[in-house]
Amino acid sequence: MMFDLVWLIPTFPLAGVLLNGLLGRRIEDKNKSLVHWIACGAVGLSFLVTLALFVKLLGLPSDKRLYDFTWFTWIAAGDFKVSVGYQIDPLSMFMCMFVTGVGFLIHVYSIGYMWHDEGRYYRYFTYLNLFMFSMITLILADNFLLMFLGWEGVGVCSYLLISFWFTDVANAIAGKKAFITNRVGDFFFAVGMLLLLTQLGGHGVWSLKFADVFANAYMLSPKLITVICLLFFLGCTAKSAQIPLYIWLPDAMAGPTPVSALIHAATMVTAGVYFVARCNVLYSMSTFAMGVVAVVGALTALLAATIALTQNDIKKVLAYSTVSQLGYMFLGLGVGAFAAGLFHVLTHSFFKALLFMCSGCVIHAMSGEQDMRKMGGLRHKMPITFYTMVIGTLAIVGFPGLSGFFSKDEILWKAFSGEQGSSILWLMGVLAAAMTAFYMFRLIFMTFFNECRASEEVQKHIHEAPKTMTVPLIVLSVLSIIGGYIGVPESLGGSNLVEHFLDPVIGLGHDKLFQSAGGPPLMHNISEVAVHHHAVEAEYWLMLIAVGIVFGGILLAYLMYMKKRSLPETLASGNPSFYRLLLNKWYVDEIYEKMVINPLRSISVFLWKGIDVVVIDGLVNSTAKFFMNCGVISKASQSGYVQRYAVSFLVGVFVLVAYYIYIR
Amino acid sequence: MSDYQSTYLTLSAILFAIGTLGVIIRKDAIVVFLSIEIMLGAVNLAFIAFSRANQSAEGIFMVMCVMAVAGAEAAIGLGIFVFLYRKTGTINIDKFNLLKW
Repeated sequence: MMFDLVWLIPTFPLAGVLLNGLLGRRIEDKNKSLVHWIACGAVGLSFLVTLALFVKLLGLPSDKRLYDFTWFTWIAAGDFKVSVGYQIDPLSMFMCMFVTGVGFLIHVYSIGYMWHDEGRYYRYFTYLNLFMFSMITLILADNFLLMFLGWEGVGVCSYLLISFWFTDVANAIAGKKAFITNRVGDFFFAVGMLLLLTQLGGHGVWSLKFADVFANAYMLSPKLITVICLLFFLGCTAKSAQIPLYIWLPDAMAGPTPVSALIHAATMVTAGVYFVARCNVLYSMSTFAMGVVAVVGALTALLAATIALTQNDIKKVLAYSTVSQLGYMFLGLGVGAFAAGLFHVLTHSFFKALLFMCSGCVIHAMSGEQDMRKMGGLRHKMPITFYTMVIGTLAIVGFPGLSGFFSKDEILWKAFSGEQGSSILWLMGVLAAAMTAFYMFRLIFMTFFNECRASEEVQKHIHEAPKTMTVPLIVLSVLSIIGGYIGVPESLGGSNLVEHFLDPVIGLGHDKLFQSAGGPPLMHNISEVAVHHHAVEAEYWLMLIAVGIVFGGILLAYLMYMKKRSLPETLASGNPSFYRLLLNKWYVDEIYEKMVINPLRSISVFLWKGIDVVVIDGLVNSTAKFFMNCGVISKASQSGYVQRYAVSFLVGVFVLVAYYIYIR
Repeated sequence: MSDYQSTYLTLSAILFAIGTLGVIIRKDAIVVFLSIEIMLGAVNLAFIAFSRANQSAEGIFMVMCVMAVAGAEAAIGLGIFVFLYRKTGTINIDKFNLLKW
């Protein structure tokens, strides 16, 4: 069976990790380019295997597209068994395709970007390969625990890569913040997993395998399902940067730009979206949890977009835009449009990776400058970067015909018309879209148009990036244009291939898939999802409104940053408090500092100085002191003088003799 | 028990007490050593007395052993004293309290 080759997909990057991780220093000394040949080759091979399996999967009828490959038993404890196994189905292959594909492009791009980083080149590629290994494990895992392993693995790699240039304290702090914020989420995730395990175990199902869990979830009470779903979702809010745990992602931009593109835009941060989609059986059982997902997603999309309006750091703008787009994805999931959410994951990975890599080229050219106020006029000096970035921008704002348009429109439409949808959710989405258009074009205008505001010294060095960097840009920009056409909605004359492809793993399709694989029916208590023969006319109108608003955003950006360039300052000084509120990111970091970090710190200090030092140390030390004093007292008997020993000997003899004479 | 026997035993006890006191009180290591010899002598005397009273040779046999051991002990002990004296210039046993932690 060809699907048995699936273990190769994670193994190639792992081999890259071992080679570069253990021998990298020597390899780099001998032949620096061998390092990236190993790393890129490993990911490239993974991609080829994925592609082969994907083609094979497409060749099967849609209700046969499920294969479970068990590699070996990982944990066996009584009835509970976890194996390292990979599940091949449309969802995992869909994710794996773009993760390995985009991952490969970003590996190639990294060659140019990191080439000048002396002595740490191999380390960078080791981390990057380790990330690919973890991410592939996360996606392909057929059980919760193995997925969690990958989940934690990507967290570690994210930490290592954010603080890659750790000699700068700010980078180290950013890495720490990302890691700790993720730990908060992971804690809830783990609790959710344990709850699921023990509760299902109570019904005699000691398994964390997706198939088993979903098949038996009907035995759990709806309340319990809601709790589990919410706990899982909290984990996802950390990994996928949603309210309330999104705060780490903007800081994560301290890492090298390809890392931002790969981990913090295209792949890792979509893990939460993937997970919710993977667990759509569970989420479908809880209307409340779905509602929470949708509302959190919409709020995040809106909040992050407002913050992005005023940021001046080119990567920060993109970071908040990522948070905002992730909000879109969750909005889609929350209203039950799992396929639409995943479609947006795909298109977003194309254009956001593209945007980040373009910004990387810009930063590279500007000798490390990230402040857009010091850029400008780069259009002629870096034409490839300029054109590809414009394509990426048009894709993200949802310009009709580019990839972002189709996926975003699908989500907005479902937010309006779906089971859980409402016009308020739609309105939030559209507002966020308008702001996206504004801040993205603000970025383009500030960076590429008008006069260059950089210093003479920097201006002299501005140059187009090397081939290894521009080729991935071109590939991704092509994907950003055509990537959307696999999911053209039916109302626009398309056939929505993505949705049909993913059907077998979503909702009722899931049921058919498992049953045809000999499994039990899954959907015991889910009502048949009503198939909306939605009014096509309404969809056109909504689409038109959304597009109109997007154009409004672009026009506003044009006015403010091209025509009347004094306008932003006038506006900012006109509403100083509001401007500062946005510039300072709604003071969320400060609020967390006050509300969470400081109380935690005070508690920690109390526990340290009060409990630990006084009570615990006191207890231990006084015990030790007691015995020491006993020793000091009894030590006197051991004087070392022979004669004193003789006396005690004598006394002992007297006592013994007296005992035998008088008492016995 | 005949009179002379109790006399012997009394003498033995007195000698033993004198030896014990000497061991405990005297500071000069050689004198302490001599006191131990006195104690051994007292023991030997008691052995002889019992041997005679019981008309058996066992006591005499023990005395032979004790004398042999005492001789060996004296040889070793005096060797140690010579060594100590070379090392420290004194054999006052109040100066030696190494037998402790």
